[in-house]
Amino acid sequence: MKISRYIFVGILLGVTLYKAEAVSWFRIFEMFHFQSFHMYGIIFSAVIAGMGIVYLIKRTHMKSTEGQEIVFHPKDRSVPRYLIGGIIFGLGWSLAGVCPGPMFILMGSGYTVFIVFLAAAMFGTFTYGLLRSRLPH
Amino acid sequence: MVPDFLIQIKDFISQPWPWWVAGPMIALIMFILLFFGKEFGISANLRIMCAADGAGEFSDFFKFDWQSQGWNLMVALGAMFGGYIASHYFLGSSDVAHVSAATVESLKKLGFTYEQGEVPLVPEFYSWDSLFTLRGLIIIVGGGFLVGFGARYAGGCTSGHAISGLSALQLPSLIAVVGFFIGGLIMTHLIFPILF
Repeated sequence: MKISRYIFVGILLGVTLYKAEAVSWFRIFEMFHFQSFHMYGIIFSAVIAGMGIVYLIKRTHMKSTEGQEIVFHPKDRSVPRYLIGGIIFGLGWSLAGVCPGPMFILMGSGYTVFIVFLAAAMFGTFTYGLLRSRLPH
Repeated sequence: MVPDFLIQIKDFISQPWPWWVAGPMIALIMFILLFFGKEFGISANLRIMCAADGAGEFSDFFKFDWQSQGWNLMVALGAMFGGYIASHYFLGSSDVAHVSAATVESLKKLGFTYEQGEVPLVPEFYSWDSLFTLRGLIIIVGGGFLVGFGARYAGGCTSGHAISGLSALQLPSLIAVVGFFIGGLIMTHLIFPILF
């Protein structure tokens, strides 16, 4: 089935972040104390490789398997939305030591308490949906 | 009998992966999703799950064609399998976070008693028992809420902004990542000394 290929992409993501210790609360703690290059190395090398990939896709007008040219949608220009939202996300990321990817990965590796974390994260997203029109964007 | 070369591959994968393997691998994952005509962004699943649970009745933000986003839920499901596989088959000799000596010292100041080389991959408060302590509740429920709220407010998380957005030279993503770090620094340097 066509959709099953995305499960393999997810498995690759899960094994990578687990084996690189990016799912570790202590690694996130270390990163925010600037005490190791490890997490920065992961992010920087991913972004540099990613920039090369995006450049090549644009340069060659690469088509996706859906038959359409791969396009990049520019995000809306704004500062408060990204800054305030980013700070709130950063507070949660460093507090719990997980961002949404590792949330699923740790749940799968046996830390079932992350079901509660997922429910709280869904409630956070739901609350944003309710307050959206009243928040600065 | 399992062939020797398969055991060697298993041992090879079971080592801790250096950053220069993980980073390009994440970029490869982003490329595969772009090649399939999709975008790498894990936190979008939270919105999809809310919509699938009927949140559209309460806010238009959840009225969208979430059925077409099922592929992203499959990525999340795959990530769960990946976590299971890595922790059960590729764990290697120990389940340790190889943090620096400076980090071990910083942890001691907060009351963690780990010695160098003994810092576990995940902390003890990732448990149901600790969920019934104030600190565990703040970390799991409070952390989850902030991650879910902040990711949607900022329009993306680490995968959507830090990886996909920065790779595509999107200025909004850089602002979001600066925000991630401001939040992270406030938490680890100002709030952790109170919490731990």
